[in-house]
Amino acid sequence: MKSAWKHKDLIAIRPLDAAEIALLHDTARAFKEVLSRPIKKVPSLRGKTVINLFVEPSTRTRTSFELAAKRLSADVVSIASESSSFKKGETLKDTGLNLQAMNSDIIILRHPAAGAPQFLAERLKAGVINAGDGAHEHPTQALLDTFTILEKLGNVSAPPDKKLAGIKIAIVGDILFSRVARSDIWAMTKLGAEVTLVGPTTLLPDTFRELGVKVSHRIDDVLAEAHVIMLLRIQHERQKQQLFPSLGEYVSLFGLTHERFKRCRPDVLIMHPGPINRGVEIASELADGVNSVILQQVSNGLAVRMAALYLLTGGNGPQGVNS
Amino acid sequence: MSIPTGLQKLTDAPVESLCIHGGRIVDPANKRDEVGDLYLHDGKVVNPNDLPQGVNWRTLNARGHIVTPGLIDLHVHLREPGQSSKETIATGTRAAAAGGFTTVVAMPNTAPKADGAATIAWILQRAAETALVNVYPTGCISQNMAGELLAPIGSLVKAGAIAITDDGACVQNNELMRRALEYTKMFDVPIFDHCQDYALSGGGVMNEGHWSTILGLPGWPAIAEEVIVSRNAMLSELTGAAVHCQHLSSVGSVRIIREAKQRGVRISGEATPHHIALTDSDCQGYDTNYKMNPPLRTHRDQEALLEGLSDGTIEILASDHAPHCEFEKEVEFNYAPFGILGLETELAIFIQKLIEPQVLDWSGMIEKLTINPAKLLNLHTKGSLAIGKDADVTVIDPNLEWRVDKNQSYSKSRNTPFHGWNLRGRATTTIIGGRIVFSL
Repeated sequence: MKSAWKHKDLIAIRPLDAAEIALLHDTARAFKEVLSRPIKKVPSLRGKTVINLFVEPSTRTRTSFELAAKRLSADVVSIASESSSFKKGETLKDTGLNLQAMNSDIIILRHPAAGAPQFLAERLKAGVINAGDGAHEHPTQALLDTFTILEKLGNVSAPPDKKLAGIKIAIVGDILFSRVARSDIWAMTKLGAEVTLVGPTTLLPDTFRELGVKVSHRIDDVLAEAHVIMLLRIQHERQKQQLFPSLGEYVSLFGLTHERFKRCRPDVLIMHPGPINRGVEIASELADGVNSVILQQVSNGLAVRMAALYLLTGGNGPQGVNS
Repeated sequence: MSIPTGLQKLTDAPVESLCIHGGRIVDPANKRDEVGDLYLHDGKVVNPNDLPQGVNWRTLNARGHIVTPGLIDLHVHLREPGQSSKETIATGTRAAAAGGFTTVVAMPNTAPKADGAATIAWILQRAAETALVNVYPTGCISQNMAGELLAPIGSLVKAGAIAITDDGACVQNNELMRRALEYTKMFDVPIFDHCQDYALSGGGVMNEGHWSTILGLPGWPAIAEEVIVSRNAMLSELTGAAVHCQHLSSVGSVRIIREAKQRGVRISGEATPHHIALTDSDCQGYDTNYKMNPPLRTHRDQEALLEGLSDGTIEILASDHAPHCEFEKEVEFNYAPFGILGLETELAIFIQKLIEPQVLDWSGMIEKLTINPAKLLNLHTKGSLAIGKDADVTVIDPNLEWRVDKNQSYSKSRNTPFHGWNLRGRATTTIIGGRIVFSL
């Protein structure tokens, strides 16, 4: 079987081109069809071992990867930091080498330090999938976000780098510390979308302009035109770092309130990578409203992660899934 | 080749009567740059027109080579006592000799910290037993480098500390820094400061800017250095004490020092090879050999450093030689210790980045490695080839092409980003007090 994916790992969106993103999307679309069948399991990864190594807490992403591996018939083991040897001071290198010594095929790594998945990938023969590293990248999140936008608004027949041409996307919130924002920026702009970042000056420094996006500190200037509004979780901890004075002030300046929602396009897509702070970055009812695709993001995440696992273990793209 | 076998310590090498023949003598202290012969006898530079009689001179042919006062590096981490898995006085001074350095100044952030006379005495004793080059220890500004209480600076100086510094840490309390400067003025030694405001640098591990944005690594902004450089200029002006700002990295720091010097403030600064040879874009691969403190900054900062070196704002070149074990460095970028090796590569890096693009001529560069640090350190017999000065001499082949191989390093550690670099120019003979400790 010819391998469609040219890399050993999936570390970041930045080095990928639009065609590679399209390959992941097309493969995910095929798996989404599989997931709609009465029997949702395929034998693609039978005999393969997948390790879910989560050095930082996560429910959604860890479950999604675990389920994706199981639907592909892989043997999957999930390790959380609290129960791992990291607690005993083992280095990432040694943990990786030990997991490799057990013949793991894929290691999925969530880690608080940016660059950790690349560090591991350079030292292991096993494929490494980045499930979020510090404030660097979270590639499968960006793939599922763009997959969801493409389903709703994309131009299917356009070439890969034009599939989101003309689509205006606002990403709102704590951009500085967000790996989701960074991966989204790369994925969305590579597919041709126009991205505007919105947030307080302290959480959105001007250096982000150098990434090929617009930067705004006034959400009201951006809402009316946006086809998609992606809200990011705002963390209480940032207050202690003097990055904004209070959640109340944040809501009044940047929260997607009912008032602001009235000025949005009626067909605007509301997205959120989760976990949501209801009543902070988004009014609670809007998260559950007709414009919200937040749970569809989660569903699509499963298909996207199946696609990533499948391609990294030598799978032959969407044709391979259907054959 | 290299370090003569059987040398355990500097005094194991015989004091020779040497005629260094036909080299280009670059001796900025005496405004000398000419081809000639240099005679060394009884550990001193002697007058070629009044040579002692009955001496059996050994001639070293230096034609095509550059002959300079022994190079001085006033910013080196020798790691002893307490961190001898990274480096020892023995290995660090061998790296110095191989790099052409005859005198190194050891930083006090050892274990224990050099904040008491006993530790200074231990370092000097250890150096006498194992060092191949001159070693001068520094003592701490504050007890245990905690930035809270003054260290016994008078005792440290009496024991042999040549400068006072909390290098590796920075005194945050401005009142303590003021008192340290005032108090140290009594002893005729400079204070060196590692300039870093901790509140502003936070948990930063690389320069805050374009690349930290892309890589998602915590930023250590230039302003965190500049605020302290600025504070130091103001406190030096207030107290009249000499303050030396270590490893300058940014546009703003150079500007602040330039302006302060114009007002007559006793402030000086140093530049390292890595800050002029590398930038924050080199951190792209998360390779921890590009993690140092202060961090690598931008091309603009590099240009400012070169300008500061060229116009004399920055008087001193130094390596901040900071060895770390491979296992300590081979971790996630966030968790790795700051610092890289410097002693064996710095001369060639300086030649490539300063001489070749004509930022400085040979005299201009050599003065920042000899007489300028000697003056700052009050080493009156070093940094010059005048008659009667110490016979510390470095002979450099400016055209020798070589490739950096970390595995050939004399250092105990291997943490260099310059591994594999093709460089031109290298020390071929290192002489200390008339003793040859290294020759290629």
